[in-house]
Amino acid sequence: MTSTLTISNLTKDFGGVKALSEVSMHVAPGERVALLGHNGAGKSTMMKVILGLVAADSGEISVCGAAPGDADARSKVAYLPENAMFHSALTGLEQISYYMRLRGEDSVGAMALLDKVGLGAAAKRRIGTYSKGMRQRVGLAQALIGHPRLLVLDEPTSGLDPVSRRDFYELLDALAAEGAAILLSSHALTEVEARTDRLLILSRGRMVAEGSLAELRRDAALPVAMHITAINGYDADILAAIPNAIRVNDAVHVTCSQDEKLATLAQVAAMKGKIADIEVIPPSLEDIYSHFSRRDGQ
Amino acid sequence: MIARILATAIIELHIARRNLWVVIAVGLMVVFSLVLSAVGSAPIGELGADRLSVTVASLTSLSVYLVPLVALLMSFDAVAGEAERGTLPLLLTYPVARWEVLAGKLLAHCAILIIALVAGYGAAAAIAIVNDPAALSGIGALWRLTWTSSLLGATFLGIGYALSSLARRTSGAAGLAIGLWLGSVVLYDLALLAAVVADNGGSFTKNVFPAALLANPADAFRLFNLTASQAGGVAAGIGGAAGTIPQWQSLMSILLWPVFALWLASAAFRKVEP
Ligand SMILES: Nc1ncnc2c1ncn2[C@@H]1O[C@H](COP(=O)(O)OP(=O)(O)O)[C@@H](O)[C@H]1O
Ligand SMILES: [Mg+2]
Repeated sequence: MTSTLTISNLTKDFGGVKALSEVSMHVAPGERVALLGHNGAGKSTMMKVILGLVAADSGEISVCGAAPGDADARSKVAYLPENAMFHSALTGLEQISYYMRLRGEDSVGAMALLDKVGLGAAAKRRIGTYSKGMRQRVGLAQALIGHPRLLVLDEPTSGLDPVSRRDFYELLDALAAEGAAILLSSHALTEVEARTDRLLILSRGRMVAEGSLAELRRDAALPVAMHITAINGYDADILAAIPNAIRVNDAVHVTCSQDEKLATLAQVAAMKGKIADIEVIPPSLEDIYSHFSRRDGQ
Repeated sequence: MIARILATAIIELHIARRNLWVVIAVGLMVVFSLVLSAVGSAPIGELGADRLSVTVASLTSLSVYLVPLVALLMSFDAVAGEAERGTLPLLLTYPVARWEVLAGKLLAHCAILIIALVAGYGAAAAIAIVNDPAALSGIGALWRLTWTSSLLGATFLGIGYALSSLARRTSGAAGLAIGLWLGSVVLYDLALLAAVVADNGGSFTKNVFPAALLANPADAFRLFNLTASQAGGVAAGIGGAAGTIPQWQSLMSILLWPVFALWLASAAFRKVEP
């Protein structure tokens, strides 16, 4: 199936600051892709280029078969800006009705849409009285208008509480199931890993890693940690038996590479009479993320 | 296309109503019109004009200042305000052309301006007609003043959108708008007057001066209304030159300026990178 969004060798320079260098990526219909990176990594810039708000210096971009910002592309793409803002004098209902009319949709559905994002009760209040999380929901509601082929969401869950986040990802799942391509950015890897099909890691404008979480975990080849609690008095025996074990407080910590994991476990298992408990700790998501985003040039 | 323009006009009307722009514009026009018709009611009879035509002549002088001012005040925020609030990037990702956004804003702002004009002129006219039923013969002049004021307003709305797009920040746009107002309706005339006096009937007065009057939308507006009105003699100063310029020329200026101003506005808005 052809991709909804294809980018090749995209470069964007802001007066000497390389916001994006030679970035290539694609998003297929029905695919949920997370764009990760520290502040200033270039996530928002990339999204603005996709939407045609910022012109690329070089590179090829195809959005639903059209150039970014084309009338045709705009009618098929929904955007949620970072810190979505709206006119404070308007009510949520007026604002969403307006956006629906701009997309050629009947605005009688505005109330249902606001209900869907949990703003039904506040729909007739001015946006000026909304909290940040409520404004973010107005932003989400407008991104759900019509049947976008591509959703570009810049830090969509910032300002949302955990329950709203879960609801939000459920909305996304439904859209993806209908064939919409979704690109969302975040700087929290833990949040997006279970909810997206693929991760892209951007660091200082470069694409440093791409793949599913399992693939990234394998590529990073970060060490595995084991925390062993010895039966009273046996710590010394364990420290002696396992070469790179160290004592941390009351426990014994062992670190080994992925390849040595089974061998080390076998050594530990051989001393099972002396061990009260063992915990195997795989590299955390944040460790993997830091590994890729730091590896580049640091 | 029409649906998107109307949707934008409706949202702008909501905003203008909440920002009290409707109230302010109507209030300004009514108060100034009433003050003028109270002050300007003295010299009737001697001029041989009906009372309404005299009122229209004073309203013309008022509108030359007030209509551009109100139009610029309503429009300077149009693009810069959206850019500053951060609402512009999202709007520009919608399937709406930039000129459609401007057209929607223009429609709403024109509607407000026309309501204010009708209220202000209507109040002044009502007073004139109540005091002197014969004043009804001046209704043509009143109608002429109303539609030319609307076109003058549209011109300055367009110029205001263009300034708003160029400035990108509301504070800068407000400064530009005030500067432009001072320049086009106050300083421009003073400079022309000074040049005419210095020239003392030379080639400037004959050749450059009429073109300079026609080139300024506010002067063309005054010229057209005073030439057309039998009460032309009421006006002094620049208005005295009205007789030498054919009416069709000032009419052309009045009709072409809004088109040019809107073209200017969409050209400037197209260049805005959010
Ligand atoms: N309009 C701009 N002018 C100049 N520099 C910019 C502009 N927008 C972004 N940048 C720079 O580009 C880099 C990437 O920014 P951004 O895309 O906002 O990062 P992220 O969204 O990943 O936090 C930063 O160094 C930022 O300062
Ligand atoms: Mg960002």
